Amino acid sequence: MIMQVIGATIGTMAFSLLYGVPKQYYPCCGLVGGAGWLIYLLTKPIIGTALGAFCSTVFLVLLSRIFAVKKQCPVTIFLIAGIFPLVPGAGICMTSYYVVVNDIRQAFTTGFMAMKIAVSIVLGIVIVFGMPQKWFQRLGNISLRRKEKEFT
Amino acid sequence: MKRIQGSKEIRIEREFEWEIMKEDRMVLDAALEAGCILLKNGAEIFRVEETIYRICRYYGVYSCNVFTLTNGIFLTAGDTKEPYFAKVKHLPLGGANLGRVAAVNQLSREIEQGKYTIEEVIQKLEEIKRSKDKSKVSKLLAAGIGCSAFCILFQGTLFDCITAFCSGISYYIFKLYIEKGTLSKITSNLCGGILITMVCLLSYQLHFGEHLYGMVAGSIMPLVPGVPFTNSIRDFADGDYISGAVRMLDAILVFFSIAIGMGFVFLLYHHIMGGAIL
Repeated sequence: MIMQVIGATIGTMAFSLLYGVPKQYYPCCGLVGGAGWLIYLLTKPIIGTALGAFCSTVFLVLLSRIFAVKKQCPVTIFLIAGIFPLVPGAGICMTSYYVVVNDIRQAFTTGFMAMKIAVSIVLGIVIVFGMPQKWFQRLGNISLRRKEKEFT
Repeated sequence: MKRIQGSKEIRIEREFEWEIMKEDRMVLDAALEAGCILLKNGAEIFRVEETIYRICRYYGVYSCNVFTLTNGIFLTAGDTKEPYFAKVKHLPLGGANLGRVAAVNQLSREIEQGKYTIEEVIQKLEEIKRSKDKSKVSKLLAAGIGCSAFCILFQGTLFDCITAFCSGISYYIFKLYIEKGTLSKITSNLCGGILITMVCLLSYQLHFGEHLYGMVAGSIMPLVPGVPFTNSIRDFADGDYISGAVRMLDAILVFFSIAIGMGFVFLLYHHIMGGAIL
């Protein structure tokens, strides 16, 4: 499991380079990805794949919103990189494979699972982005708020 | 005599108006440019509109109205006090560079702190637009490392990871040196899917890699449309349903073309070798 979390962290960091994220944000991107996958691994055996994906998405989006406030940059940077391990790319592709080899039952099972994961990711993101920005600014660091007061 | 003086006053007034108009135009052009950079590089609709409004408002253009779609920005301004201005800009769907999004975001924040004049803003935007991507070698390496790291998540062994590393690099070589954006999105992803599956199957056939599923799942990761998928969800959450739907369609199309590419190779393999392989 530790290997998997490390893998998710390194993978997320590598992919954030592919999307042109500035260097100083790599550690945060990796942290978001690794933490998201850790939560997914921990919750999956207890509450199932779809709910696990939902919980980990919620956690991951919360984390990236906090980072966004702290580092003062768009939340997209952390979110896109961090969500990569969860996106059911493999599931969707395997569905096509089963369709090709005429294994309709397997295709349905895999495809349905991939859909469930995708929907839970969608729900997770939508719910966390429904929260007002003020909550996160309070969580963000205090020195930053002082700076903002100086401007106004 | 009086009449001449009057006409002079009018002329001065007109020149003054002309100056204001010119400056307003510059502000609106700069705001549109900022919006274009954001939209092109994978920002969500809400951020694009917000940035345009902020820049306009800071430089004193209050009558501006923006309507943004996934591939176009419509910007108009003008009322009884301010001169009229209208511009439409079409942007094809393209790759994302989140660094530029962050840079424009930082710029808009600094504008609100009053650090720049409008000329400086235009210059800064030009700089951001011209800022270079990461070098090709580092991109290749990152793709390889990313693929092999994600291979671990799908229960891959060391040899699976090495295979995923090779197939990730081979896909990026194809993308950066052979394709170079000449193919359409669907064809390019189709070819990518075919290439990756072929490399993985080859390694599997030579008994180098053990888990075909892990290898394919790991090395398919650079093709997965994470940016359109995430952005479409965010657009839906903000209530921009048209843009969200377009981006979701984009993501689904990419998914399907990868899947068809993979399926094609597997089908061929089946016909040649016979029997199940997974």
